[in-house]
Amino acid sequence: MSDLRELYQETILGHYKKPRNFGKLPPPSRHREGYNPLCGDKVTVYMHVKDDVVTDIRFEGSGCAISTASASMMTEALKGKTVAEAEEIFKRFHELVTGKEAGDNDNLGKLAVFAGVREFPARVKCATLAWHTFHAALEGGEQPVSTE
Amino acid sequence: MPPRPAEIGSSAGFDVQRIRADFPILQQKIHGKPLVYLDNAASTQKPRSVIDTLVRYYEEDNANIHRGVHLLSERATETYEATRRRVQRFINARESREVIFVRGTTEAINLVAATFGRQNVGAGDDVLITHMEHHSNIVPWQMLCEENGAKLRVAPITDAGELRLDEFEKLLGPRTRFVSVTHVSNTLGTVNPVKHIVDMAHRRKIPILLDGAQAIPHIRVDVQGLDCDFYAFSGHKLYGPTGIGVLYGKAELLERMPPYQGGGDMISSVTFEKTTYNVPPYKFEAGTPNIAGTVGLDTAIQYIENLGMDAIAAHEQDLLAYATERLSAIDGVTLIGTAKERSGAISFILDGVHPHDIGTVLDQEGIAIRTGHHCTQPLMDRFGVPATARAALALYNTREDIDALIAGILKVQEMFR
Repeated sequence: MSDLRELYQETILGHYKKPRNFGKLPPPSRHREGYNPLCGDKVTVYMHVKDDVVTDIRFEGSGCAISTASASMMTEALKGKTVAEAEEIFKRFHELVTGKEAGDNDNLGKLAVFAGVREFPARVKCATLAWHTFHAALEGGEQPVSTE
Repeated sequence: MPPRPAEIGSSAGFDVQRIRADFPILQQKIHGKPLVYLDNAASTQKPRSVIDTLVRYYEEDNANIHRGVHLLSERATETYEATRRRVQRFINARESREVIFVRGTTEAINLVAATFGRQNVGAGDDVLITHMEHHSNIVPWQMLCEENGAKLRVAPITDAGELRLDEFEKLLGPRTRFVSVTHVSNTLGTVNPVKHIVDMAHRRKIPILLDGAQAIPHIRVDVQGLDCDFYAFSGHKLYGPTGIGVLYGKAELLERMPPYQGGGDMISSVTFEKTTYNVPPYKFEAGTPNIAGTVGLDTAIQYIENLGMDAIAAHEQDLLAYATERLSAIDGVTLIGTAKERSGAISFILDGVHPHDIGTVLDQEGIAIRTGHHCTQPLMDRFGVPATARAALALYNTREDIDALIAGILKVQEMFR
């Protein structure tokens, strides 16, 4: 049960029940769809990028607690960041949930609650779906992003 | 037909604890808890006798089959063909040549689509399936229709997950060239009235395949009684090895069908100018087959016959009724699939918790269930859910397994309160 509490931390459950920045952004926004065919989770990430800064970011979709909370907390973490900063956070977050980071996740702030995901390899894709979708939205393109 | 082994009349004589001891994998702990295996619709566990047979085959009898003049080849051939005869008796086929060995249900359906389908379904024709099919009984027909300019028709189901027989009948039109229907739904557990469905198709002289993947472990199947033209199932859902399955086909159809794959064993003579194909079943078994798989399947069927299919069915029906009752009593649980006739699987969703999260929490309790779309995405869309949690029963499950599942779900609810 202790591992489970590590995974389903209060912060994560809170964001799952009340996702922040949920909904569409009006054009001219960039958006991209992400899909995890294994569990059917779908997410769409919308954002405004101005002068290389993510000025606004929102998401829509249906998914499990991990993927919903991750998308919600991602929008909070990335809003106002430069594109380069956002990409760096994504990289560090990815290392965190796959267990590749060295151990200090201080500068990930609240996102550090996702450290428990590394003990559940089957759930890493849930935690990273929104992030991959964000990354793909930055790069542009039309094809939905798939975790497979 | 030789007499079936003596059967235990009711589940009262069904000693499930003794049966559990036959399955080595069930003796282990998962995350420190006793394993509660409820993912049987995906794959069943194997009794010791099946595992031992595989070892013995490789240690004592292994060789390629057919045409070998040495003793090992003769032994391997004899075992392989003996399995064919055992399957014939198990499903009550008229002749052993009506039993074709394939990799599994998926390959069986693909075989029929690629041979009988290509031969008989053309531009402007219809192929009829239902809304509750597994992807493996949708996609091969979609591919065929795309290739030949035919149309795939889908018979609707009710909110309870039962086939709309009236609509089904209406869809049997003058251009319907083939019908393919699941015997038991892998997601809903619905048992379709397949005898009635076969009769409806045959009144219009339309051939029909039954996908038996989820029926064969739970229900006594009599292909002559059903009068279906094809019947497909997998060995690994029947306590046998993976990679072996069966396509049953009526001999007169098999004779007229073109071969599936080309290669050794499916020919009677080859020159560069002309090849003469072998007769069924060999015409459809190109290349070295999964010999060890058939040996394991033979033992798995023996195991089932010793327990008695009717006793197994009675035990599982009792468990299914118990699971349905206990699950329904939990506030926040909604069952997906409430057909009158059900078997094997029970699907549900939980208010405020995604099935994936249910699966993770239950796994920590040692309980293996399946969560997701169960390869039935159109069915998920029909019920307006992205996924379900599914508990699927086998002969070795107990009421204690169901109690553990219920306790696990209560834990999930507590965690997500």
